[in-house]
Amino acid sequence: MLARLARARTGGLAALVAVVALLPLALTNNYHYEVAIVVGLNAIVCVGLNLLIGYAGQISLGHAGFYGLGAYGSAILTVRYGWPPAAALVASTAGAAALAYLVGRPILKLRGHYLAMATLGMGIIISIVIATEDRVTGGPDGMAVAPFAVLGFTLAGERVWYWVIGAALALAVWLSLNLIDSPAGRALRALHGSEVAAQVAGVDPARYKVLAFVISAVFAAVAGSLTAYYAGFITPAKASFLHSIELVTMVVLGGLASTFGAVIGAAVLTTLPQVLTLLKDYEMMVFGAVLMLCMIYLPRGLVPTIADALARRRR
Amino acid sequence: MSTFTLKHFTRAALAASLAFGAAAAMAQAPIKIGAFLSVTGPAAFLGDPEQKTLELYVERINAAGGVLGRKLQLVSYDSGGDAEKARTFAKRLIEQDAVDAIVGGSTTGETMAVVPLVEQAGVPFVSLAGAVVIIEPVKKWVFKTPHTDRMACEKIFVDMQARKISKIALISGSGGFDKSMRGQCLKVAPNYKIEVLADETYGGGDTDMTAQLTKIKNTAGVQAVLNAGFGQGPAIVTKNFRQIGLTVPLYQSHGVASKEFIKLAGPAAEGVRLPAAALLVAETLPDADPQKKVVVGYKRAYEERFKQDVSTFGGHAYDGLMLVVEAMKRAGTTDKAKVRDALEGIKGFMGTAGVVNMSPADHMGLDLTAFRMLEVKNGDWALVK
Repeated sequence: MLARLARARTGGLAALVAVVALLPLALTNNYHYEVAIVVGLNAIVCVGLNLLIGYAGQISLGHAGFYGLGAYGSAILTVRYGWPPAAALVASTAGAAALAYLVGRPILKLRGHYLAMATLGMGIIISIVIATEDRVTGGPDGMAVAPFAVLGFTLAGERVWYWVIGAALALAVWLSLNLIDSPAGRALRALHGSEVAAQVAGVDPARYKVLAFVISAVFAAVAGSLTAYYAGFITPAKASFLHSIELVTMVVLGGLASTFGAVIGAAVLTTLPQVLTLLKDYEMMVFGAVLMLCMIYLPRGLVPTIADALARRRR
Repeated sequence: MSTFTLKHFTRAALAASLAFGAAAAMAQAPIKIGAFLSVTGPAAFLGDPEQKTLELYVERINAAGGVLGRKLQLVSYDSGGDAEKARTFAKRLIEQDAVDAIVGGSTTGETMAVVPLVEQAGVPFVSLAGAVVIIEPVKKWVFKTPHTDRMACEKIFVDMQARKISKIALISGSGGFDKSMRGQCLKVAPNYKIEVLADETYGGGDTDMTAQLTKIKNTAGVQAVLNAGFGQGPAIVTKNFRQIGLTVPLYQSHGVASKEFIKLAGPAAEGVRLPAAALLVAETLPDADPQKKVVVGYKRAYEERFKQDVSTFGGHAYDGLMLVVEAMKRAGTTDKAKVRDALEGIKGFMGTAGVVNMSPADHMGLDLTAFRMLEVKNGDWALVK
């Protein structure tokens, strides 16, 4: 079952939709919905980030910056300039995509981990700007965001948002799976294998890496916008370097080059701290130990390792 | 036999949980106090003493017989200074743990993220964060214990008026605390007929403020300098201030009210004045001071248990917990709406921050007497008479 989950595109997507549809049976209060929504939002970012890290072989240490751009873009355009929320979401996402293109285009022509350094700098600049431009962003104390209203209908309450985020996650996974199976996706996988070989076969490395980078930025910005509307209040912490690291950790833990791995990674790393609060002072130690053990014994991440093990047993 | 007892037990437990709403069962159940604090992360200097204080006093209250004949139970989560985590934990406290009241929110961001939730759910919430926006405009279920930066400005301006100072220079850093206080000082200065002739700023990592201070020195008519700052900056300002030979009075903010400041600034700190909570000078307060008993009691209890210096932040948590307990006693119940009403009606409550007089228009209830004007004398704090 897990093996099919990780491989067959339709089967996996159907399983995800089924999980999203059936999960409310197990969610008994708004707190449970809240955790499920945060898992969904993180998973959207991770599915995008996985395209970049898992398929294009580039690391981004600044994806929280795009997330923050989406969140603050939507917040500022709606609250300060009175834009309709849907337009603000599209505009701030387009802004993040444009920035990703401008940063990625010159850098991705180079080989090696230059993108990691550039995104690191970019993410830090974004979080500093958000924290210091307090007249527009509210500074370190954060700012309130008006709820998402479209055609006179306001999205409010955890139960409504659960279905919105669930649908958005399914859409993100569907887009990601399609992209991977498209010619662009095959080109990306070829690049990850051997850049020289791919070039000989006529693949332009820079073009496809930029494509993956821009798409991942779009996913992050959309998730950021949705977070702002859902939470109703945002602070610069979500654009910080630490949050970038958290996102990369989710992708790596779930399994590189596995879309469902990214979803599982986000789910595990979001729910684990909630479960571990029972341990009080030992929470952080156990959390770190779980991550270390996973990386030592499952170096390729949760989903690929388990899927392989199952496939081997069946043979 | 064993299956029978298990079945028996299950049935009893089921019956008990069904009867949970009944008064008889309620009398036995503990009163749940929820907390979400930045125990780790960048704001740990706030959340750590707050968490310790809550643990210590819940223990002490229970040892003394609890509240309304019931024990207190502290349900506390570490939000790490992250507003999103604070929101999730607040939902957990409200929905899952069904707490009777919430004390927490070490930073303004965490508090503001949670305000819509407590307002909707109707849970009494006492915030431990500083900014004025938490209580202005007044929110039905939200209260707070720490003084605001506006009060610090006002306290300083009152002292300046007493010294016949009316023209000042302002110098501040670029952090959240500094910016907020600078804005508040500029806003209330006209109320005290104080004119701000110069308004200089420095960066968070700057190690020399001579340039800004020279500008202030060359501004004609400056009678005093006010430094709205937090962290290392104010100590450097104080040193540079003496180095370039400025002789007018220098005022610092409550943000540097710790022994660390005197250590860093050294002899240059002599004569510097600043507003601070009474906790800082607990032992030197005159015996007749009505606040002395409370602050000395808290200071001794905290220092004895944790072997570290008491901080005003832990004091905010003490005030928050005690206010909730006081409100529950006055209301004679843990009914949320009644506890809220009792909180709003608290008058003359003595906390570590000062006398609290709540009202429907003021959910903090502190006035300027909450701050003491201190002056550095012989490397220690001295009360300005």
